[in-house]
Amino acid sequence: MSAETTSAEATATEGVSLYDVDNPAPVIEPPRKRTKKTGSASRGNFEMQAWLFMRLSGIVLVVLVLGHLLIQLVLDGGVSKIGFAFVAGRWASPFWQVWDLLMLWLAMLHGANGLRTVINDYAQRDNTRFWLKMLLYTATVFTVLLGTLVIFTFDPNIS
Amino acid sequence: MPAGTLYRGREGMWSWVAHRVTGVLIFFFLFVHVLDTALVRVSPEAYDNVVATYKTPIVNVMEYGLVAAILFHALNGLRVIAVDFWAKGPKYQKQMLWTVVGVWVVLMAGAFYPVLQHTLRTLFGS
Repeated sequence: MSAETTSAEATATEGVSLYDVDNPAPVIEPPRKRTKKTGSASRGNFEMQAWLFMRLSGIVLVVLVLGHLLIQLVLDGGVSKIGFAFVAGRWASPFWQVWDLLMLWLAMLHGANGLRTVINDYAQRDNTRFWLKMLLYTATVFTVLLGTLVIFTFDPNIS
Repeated sequence: MPAGTLYRGREGMWSWVAHRVTGVLIFFFLFVHVLDTALVRVSPEAYDNVVATYKTPIVNVMEYGLVAAILFHALNGLRVIAVDFWAKGPKYQKQMLWTVVGVWVVLMAGAFYPVLQHTLRTLFGS
């Protein structure tokens, strides 16, 4: 082992740069650098809007979801009182219908965008990523539509 | 692990991991929860049958876990918003995380009996 290597290792452990003029650091392309594949500005800023949506919907969901948990799982005997009659009693009021509808839409979109981010982060093959997101979007649309239909068509006298 | 890393393996990273894990768990529950609630359109009996599952001890404990996940995700989400929009947010992110953990512990202690009372009553009487 030459003296040079030894000194390079010693400096590396101290957190000083490993690189110099003869041994330059690898160049990392800036994350926002525009390449041939990058579209024009007209492509829009979907990711920024998604980022903003997560924060705005998050604030509203803190109120809607924690209120929902308080009513369903904490107050008045916890889970014991939940049943068809309890649901019918709550959905007799337009206030709770709107509450639940808003909560359904915001929570599903917030969660779907979160899972989209997770899929983009971990699914490395293009095909896997594509199909996982198709599955996610299908499940999301189905759940939002089903939930909306249930809230709007609820019939307390069904038998 | 490289020395002198400010982020990796520290509060910032672990709160990010916990935010992800709780978020994914909550989303899967939400999907199931909309499906079970949809049974009110089938019949009162079908709905009450599935709600009976929510009243079994094991699922009741899982509900306490759901409350734990949602409370952390909500409180840490507010911290993320503060980090992004408050000028001093990044500086105090660590203190805010420990505040989140503290509030979470207090709320979880307060939710223990109300959420689990159904199981506690059925298992230990009265």
